[in-house]
Amino acid sequence: MDGIDISLINWSRGQFALTAIYHWLFVPLTLGLSFIIAFMETIYVKTGNEEWKKITKFWMKLFGINFAIGVATGIILEFEFGTNWSNYSWFVGDIFGAPLAIEGIMAFFLEATFIAVMFFGWDKVSKRFHLASTWLVAAGANLSGLWILVANAWMQYPVGMQFNPETARNEMLNFWDVFLSPVAINKFIHTITSGFVLASIFVIGISSWFLLKKREISLAKRSMLISAIFGITSSIVLILSGDSSTRLIADIQPMKLAAIEGLYEGENGTGLILFGTLKKPENYTEENKIWEYNFKIEIPKLLSYMTYRNSDAFVPGMNDLIKGNPEYNIMSAQEKIERGRYARDVLADLKKAKETGNTLKYEELREKFYDTDFKENYFRYFGYCFLNNPGSLIPNVPLSFYSFRIMVMLGFYFFIFFIIILIGVFTAKIDNWRWLLRLAILSIPLSYIASQAGWVVSEMGRQPWVIQDLLPTVIATSHIDASTVQITFWIFAALFTVLLIAELKIMFRQIKIGPE
Amino acid sequence: MFESLSYLTLQQYWWLIISLLGAVLVFLLFVQGGQTLIYAIGKNEDERTVIVNALGRKWEFTFTTLVTFGGSLFASFPLFYATSFGGAYWLWTTVLFCFVIQAVAYEFRSKPNNLFGHKTYEIFLYINGVLGTTLLGTTVGTFFNGSKFSVNFSNIVNPCNPIISRWETPFHGLEAIINLHNLSLGFAVFFLARTLALLYFMNSIENSGIIKRARLQLKINALPFLGFFIIFIIILMLKEGFAYNPETNIIKMEKFKYLHNLIEIPAAGVLFISGTVLVIFGIGRSILSEYTRGLWFAGPGTIMVVFSLFIIAGFNNTAYYPSTFNLQNSLTIENSSSSKYTLTVMSYVSLLIPFVFAYIYYTWKAISKKKIELGEIKKETHIY
Repeated sequence: MDGIDISLINWSRGQFALTAIYHWLFVPLTLGLSFIIAFMETIYVKTGNEEWKKITKFWMKLFGINFAIGVATGIILEFEFGTNWSNYSWFVGDIFGAPLAIEGIMAFFLEATFIAVMFFGWDKVSKRFHLASTWLVAAGANLSGLWILVANAWMQYPVGMQFNPETARNEMLNFWDVFLSPVAINKFIHTITSGFVLASIFVIGISSWFLLKKREISLAKRSMLISAIFGITSSIVLILSGDSSTRLIADIQPMKLAAIEGLYEGENGTGLILFGTLKKPENYTEENKIWEYNFKIEIPKLLSYMTYRNSDAFVPGMNDLIKGNPEYNIMSAQEKIERGRYARDVLADLKKAKETGNTLKYEELREKFYDTDFKENYFRYFGYCFLNNPGSLIPNVPLSFYSFRIMVMLGFYFFIFFIIILIGVFTAKIDNWRWLLRLAILSIPLSYIASQAGWVVSEMGRQPWVIQDLLPTVIATSHIDASTVQITFWIFAALFTVLLIAELKIMFRQIKIGPE
Repeated sequence: MFESLSYLTLQQYWWLIISLLGAVLVFLLFVQGGQTLIYAIGKNEDERTVIVNALGRKWEFTFTTLVTFGGSLFASFPLFYATSFGGAYWLWTTVLFCFVIQAVAYEFRSKPNNLFGHKTYEIFLYINGVLGTTLLGTTVGTFFNGSKFSVNFSNIVNPCNPIISRWETPFHGLEAIINLHNLSLGFAVFFLARTLALLYFMNSIENSGIIKRARLQLKINALPFLGFFIIFIIILMLKEGFAYNPETNIIKMEKFKYLHNLIEIPAAGVLFISGTVLVIFGIGRSILSEYTRGLWFAGPGTIMVVFSLFIIAGFNNTAYYPSTFNLQNSLTIENSSSSKYTLTVMSYVSLLIPFVFAYIYYTWKAISKKKIELGEIKKETHIY
């Protein structure tokens, strides 16, 4: 295999996306349900009321079924960085590997050890030790999320590193810059609270089913109360962190924001598109990727305000970012490509100087990679050298546009939903609001759709980059044949689908059986 | 604290941690070994439930150790991660496949409406037990026999071929299976996992029938384990190894390299010999008497032996992941590690490891005060 095989890239991306999508079907429930169970068990230990123990054990059973398949899909994800993205693993492994290892040492063992106590320790350890174990499982699961999200945030916003021309890789310079980057903190808060919201809806949905069937009334109402409070609190944090996320994206990934908004020409006082539909115009090309609106509902100036806290601020569109806009100091994509190629040529000359033993030239070129001017003005565009066409910088516009709106609209819906549920529980009218109970069941799949849509925005919206501005996805792959990945893609697709069906069947039966 | 250590010391420290994790992983593969013995030891459904539940309470430790082993390799030796996982694609993907089906098998096996029935999940466990152990052993075998790969950092500036590491055979790892020396280690690990599982059953289960059959099976499995282990070690000690000159970084073949390493690193030699004695003592005493705590000797013995094998694979100027395509592309502790800064950061994280071992020991002890028996499992609300 010589040259870049686009088919290989597509299948590798497909396999990673497949694994990530399946993995994310199970993880958010683990993140949120672990805390809900911990709340319930805390009440049991505090009150000594056996009903709470029964409730805790019921949700724990569902937690266990979901947890196993989440673990199974997770191991593939970790190793796929090596199997399918070996160039990536080398180019940034010095930075990216650390959070993965810390996750294993700090979080996985915590989770794996105390989950055994949580499931099998009821009659073997004291109540308090058991409760501590349940809390530690929740802490472990969410710590695991923390480190994975730190790693993911670094891909979106690479900081705290220096390129080493000798080894042709990026090396960590400051761990705290990586760990505490604003993107990492925001991503962690936004993602885990989305898991809390999903888990709350899951518990409320199943409890609603019990109420509709007039079964397990006490379990259902108590579970709804806990979950609605947890859901409202999480939703507030989720919405606020979503807002900060928009500001961060405007700053570090303006192309992603432009694609999300379907914004081609930047303007002052840009409005926010609440909703609309897109159509492909006749003059659409892969170069310009211009989509048009069929219709749109827009709130004037809101996007400018949301992104820069100034309703007249300029928000760049895709054309500004491709063609450049000197008025707002935006460099054209072609210029970035040229600068990236210059950085690559310097690196190539350095390698040649080393091979030919030209020490003087080698040292001179090596110095450049540590020179601030070269780093800021040339090497930061290194990834652009691999792009032939500026249009490839534009991600999939309709996918980004619709996914974002699905995520945001459902996010707001969930917030209102939790409030109504809480009112229903407090006024003791929830049993009579059968429409709400049915809506609650329907909301379970909606929460999964919103959660997946969030990741689509995040990951599809940053294409063509695997590391923003530094490494395009097409360069990150392993040296394998597309047919090889095609085979494993279908094997995993079949396996995950079958396991998902089995999981759902088991889950439905366990719910039907109830807490007995 | 770690900042004052030299780069080489940090690289060696991390190789020791990887070796320790690898050694603990091989010990914990007793869970996989046990999965291949469910029907040989359990003669009725109740007994099989006891066995699966005894193993099921430990499967996550093996799984987590594997994940941490992978993550730590990524963080400390990213060139190995990129080269081996991206190159030996089929080998690693098959290993992963085996572990995916294991993870769900325990949780789903006894649940009603589980789509396939419990036997299918037991087959999943069996596949994981056979392939997971054999292939992991075979993969470690390549640390001593090499693989056909090349590494060229200059590729990153080649727009047509920017991938820095390439596997130079179309079999992508499957070729490791046809090397008899690799395979002898694969089979040794497989039979060792079964042997340790039998010792685990004897140590942890309260059931005279199971213990009697475990003791019988111990004779059947310990023999091939010792056979394959001895074959592997004899070939290893007599074969040429991949040595490098730390000053010129030139890699060349050296006769009896691994024997030299064992002698020249006395700690490795002592660990290897005392570990082997402990394993044989644990097995022998369990076969020859009514002793049921052989695991407490064979388990630590296994960790010591595997630990020493990793040490002689990477220390004393040895290329731990040799390239038979181009010797000079072989991976050493020095040329494949993370930067000094990353290793320093990770070394601080490694201080958590003793704490992790401590709480695992404490909780393990807390929930395993009594041996596992059917009556207790029947009372459990969470059954595998």
